[in-house]
Amino acid sequence: MARFLRPESFSAATEDLSLLPFNFERAGANQYLVANMVGDFVRLSEEELNRLVDLQVRPGDGLYEKAYAAHLITGTNQKAQRQLLAARLRSRMSFLQQTTPLHIFVVTLRCEHSCPYCQVSRQSTDRSRFDMSEQTAMRALDIAFASPTARIKIEFQGGEPLLNFPLIRKIVAAAKQRSGKKLDFVIASNLALLDDAVLDFCKENNVLLSTSLDGPADLHNKNRPRPGANSHELAIAGIRRAREILGPDKVGALMTTTEASLDRVDEIIDEYLEMGLDGIFLRPLSPFGFAIKTKQFAKYDAQKWLAFYERGLRRVLEINRQGTPFREFYAALLLTRMLSDRPIGYVDLRSPAGAGLGALVYNYDGSIFASDEGRMLAETGDDAFRLGHVEHDSYNSLILSDKLIGAISSSLTQCAPECSTCVYESHCGADPVYHYATQGDALGIKPLSAFCARQKGIMGLLLDILENSPEDAAIMRRWAAA
Amino acid sequence: MTLRLYGTASRSAGFSSDEARSVLRLRSVDSVAERHAADFALARTPDDIRRAVEADWSSILVVSDGAIDLPGTFAGRLVTVPPIYDYLAEGDVIGFDHASRKFRTLYRRNSAHNSLLVTERCNNYCLMCSQPPKDVDDRWILGEIKESLPLIDQATRALTFTGGETLSDWEDFIAVLTECRDRLPATAIQVLTNGRAFANSRIVDAWKDIGHPALMAAIPVYASVDHVHDHVVQAKGAFDETILGILKLKDRGQRVEIRVVMHALTAPIIEDTGRWIARNLPFVDHVALMGLENTGFAIANDAMLWMDPVDYGDGLARAVDHLSAAGVNVSVYNLPKCVLPKSVWPHALQSISDWKNGFVEECDRCDEKNTCSGFFTTGRPRFSRAVRAITSQRDKLTALAD
Repeated sequence: MARFLRPESFSAATEDLSLLPFNFERAGANQYLVANMVGDFVRLSEEELNRLVDLQVRPGDGLYEKAYAAHLITGTNQKAQRQLLAARLRSRMSFLQQTTPLHIFVVTLRCEHSCPYCQVSRQSTDRSRFDMSEQTAMRALDIAFASPTARIKIEFQGGEPLLNFPLIRKIVAAAKQRSGKKLDFVIASNLALLDDAVLDFCKENNVLLSTSLDGPADLHNKNRPRPGANSHELAIAGIRRAREILGPDKVGALMTTTEASLDRVDEIIDEYLEMGLDGIFLRPLSPFGFAIKTKQFAKYDAQKWLAFYERGLRRVLEINRQGTPFREFYAALLLTRMLSDRPIGYVDLRSPAGAGLGALVYNYDGSIFASDEGRMLAETGDDAFRLGHVEHDSYNSLILSDKLIGAISSSLTQCAPECSTCVYESHCGADPVYHYATQGDALGIKPLSAFCARQKGIMGLLLDILENSPEDAAIMRRWAAA
Repeated sequence: MTLRLYGTASRSAGFSSDEARSVLRLRSVDSVAERHAADFALARTPDDIRRAVEADWSSILVVSDGAIDLPGTFAGRLVTVPPIYDYLAEGDVIGFDHASRKFRTLYRRNSAHNSLLVTERCNNYCLMCSQPPKDVDDRWILGEIKESLPLIDQATRALTFTGGETLSDWEDFIAVLTECRDRLPATAIQVLTNGRAFANSRIVDAWKDIGHPALMAAIPVYASVDHVHDHVVQAKGAFDETILGILKLKDRGQRVEIRVVMHALTAPIIEDTGRWIARNLPFVDHVALMGLENTGFAIANDAMLWMDPVDYGDGLARAVDHLSAAGVNVSVYNLPKCVLPKSVWPHALQSISDWKNGFVEECDRCDEKNTCSGFFTTGRPRFSRAVRAITSQRDKLTALAD
């Protein structure tokens, strides 16, 4: 019988080992959270981390196995792990192949609501001044169709876009007449003006509806005043009608959190459940309607938000444990990034940033912005993210403008201070417009950033549940799978 | 039941001494199909022999232990094999060595489990190898396979090539796969390989260039850590080459199955391995988590390798969960349902080849027998202490207890 070699014969000598890139963060008295290049997490004690960095690891000591399987170390002459990491990174970043898939048309700035949290400074009168013209719309379509991606989504926003419904009809018809791209359409509407004509049009053209539902009637109507104080009633009726005519998957609702919402997350979630919706997107307070003057205010705000979010997420998980599938969409998005390498190009959570590369915004007056928040800034007099105008610019001149390249290149998480060494970097994103708005700088100082505090807080929470609550973890893994 | 797939003919005559070997295809005596030079009439009775001679068969294979009564005028080729080979049937193909009269059954038309041994040479030396490698010049086998391919029924759904390491003579083997593409266009081909050869871009490019519509490389990965895998396969550097090979295959859009054989070195870490594959290689086409076939080196290393499957069932279930959650198509091979957690049952397949598959007496009372893998009959079978009949009554009791 042939001789077999013992395990020791296959151990690498320490001098043959190399470290692979990883980030880490202290996570407790004697504990570090460590993430490899593609964001797989492991926990190490301080002693383990020190030994690892010094390559004082040996096959069979447990740390070697942990570090090798997590791609923290490799054999100096080995190739497979580096190639694995390269392949996985390439998959994660492949959203970049779809350049500018989203095109937002602000068909009017007029609105019949008068929400105090409105971030776009809606107007109530003067049709001629605040409606997009057909000529502007067609020029915007030229630019949208010049983007290199094979599939584009055209989103109609306002104001209340249904106040300029004839233009929506014209844009959809004109877009469909052009060839060469697959098209998706969505109207972001408060649904107050939804009627059969709109629904027939949506059905005929496979147009999705996205609306606002802030929670129970009193909260929603307080957040979203309109003549008659019936915003909630109309939104509910609109969602029901749209689900009936278009199908349950053709209408989605988003909530905006105000201070009045903070103590009421269970009621807000129940409202979504009662409507038969399959999940909720717990959206943070946005800085654009608020004058966030001091960094301390932003920080305080993030902590309050996180408490609200955690209560909400745990309520959603409880609903799932009781047998009703229901998702929190922001968690689902982050979990997909944390548990898989599927490319997620979500505009607000990617680096390079989604500004321009992920979306372009055509304002009613023909000016073009790198993001929705960019035009919000402009409504209060700051043109930092105004890239150009439909009359003077082409897709290339917008995408290659110094303004856009400057904002994107200065905000890359891959090399930004604090971000590049952050244990959550693989799953986070650059938000130059937010940081410009709050700190006057596209890069921003991350320890002072509420965006950063929220991101780290939510991902820390998700990791905690994944590691310590098996039943909830199984639910969350399902969110990441599909 | 174990079918003897090799043996020695009790008698042979009429073979040319110019060639060392021949490939034979068996035909029914009454077959009216066009006769190929390799075709032999399959005779079991004196009457069969008489009719074969009458029908002008110049080549006859007889399955019998009795005396063969052939007319003296018969000048063709004759092979006689003992009755234990009476499974041989119309359309089967055997390889026959003229001098030693040794033969091997290469292909059984009625079987769903045809596998062709390509070589006994291997650059791994796995602790549990069921087909222990030999360092011999056996390149004639590839020639025999080439001769066999035209004789195999085109309706064959699947063929497996096994070894040794099938890519030991990669250029010749890829030529065989190219012939499979042309001669057996409807036959899915599975190649068992340790995958190390695919670390070489020339080889993986040649593999891709075959352009076979249903070709799968089935490659073992035993751990998420280099030295554990390398120890199991007894080859330093194997893990790196194997993983690199899988990446290069998938980079070129080729189909890959990962196979993990579970024993005392790999089963205790099967959850880690499953999670690692789910996280790092979720793009493979299939993952098979396999019970050990206790034969070959596995017998010699029994003390090092035996682990009762019931003792790793929970880890196996979690490995299946990780893989399924990542969207990976995962199966469990070679393990009977009674030793597996119920969550694994939907993944447990009847994977053991028909010629070496069996059941124990206990199985006769079991409700699940018809969908169960059963056991290997080869080597020195070892049975889990958890083997027992599954009955609906017991299931109800379990349900009540839960």
